[in-house]
Amino acid sequence: MLLGRVVGVVVPCVVYEGLEGTPMLYLQPLDKAGKPRGRTIVAADATRMAGPGELVYYEGGREAALALDPWFVPVDHTIVGIVDDLHIPERGAEA
Amino acid sequence: MIIGRVTGEIHSTINHPFYDSKKLLVVEKTDPSGKPTGDYVIAVDVVDAGVGEQVLVLDEGNGARQVFNSADAPVRSVVVGIIDEIQLGVG
Repeated sequence: MLLGRVVGVVVPCVVYEGLEGTPMLYLQPLDKAGKPRGRTIVAADATRMAGPGELVYYEGGREAALALDPWFVPVDHTIVGIVDDLHIPERGAEA
Repeated sequence: MIIGRVTGEIHSTINHPFYDSKKLLVVEKTDPSGKPTGDYVIAVDVVDAGVGEQVLVLDEGNGARQVFNSADAPVRSVVVGIIDEIQLGVG
């Protein structure tokens, strides 16, 4: 899984069967410092509660579809959680 | 599997039910000497690893689902070991 920032909402008018009603969000992948890395992607939202501005974590690959119901759907990235708190101690402070 | 160092933890309330009460770690990928490669991964912890520890991360879906004894868990990356030492080369 990787971190991402939701930057927008994608509203499809026609989707493959099984994906009806699945929220699609525009997502900017982040590096571990929280800086944007790479190109934005469209991800399904398994939490159904994420929105623009939120820090989320997402799964890619075959496992992305497994987060959805039904799971046999053509999806390659899925948001599986919204980050409340990202705790990264400062380097050198760790024991 | 890949080698990495735990740099942080993620806490979340709203998540896929599979991730309820699962510990998530931010793991920066490293080379065997411990030098960061610049890449990272978020992995579920099953060995109680902590920040600063060098760990072994399974980054493959079938094995990960096997760890959780589940056929349909949306999980791919799991911290499956804590590394004491890596020996390279001969003697």
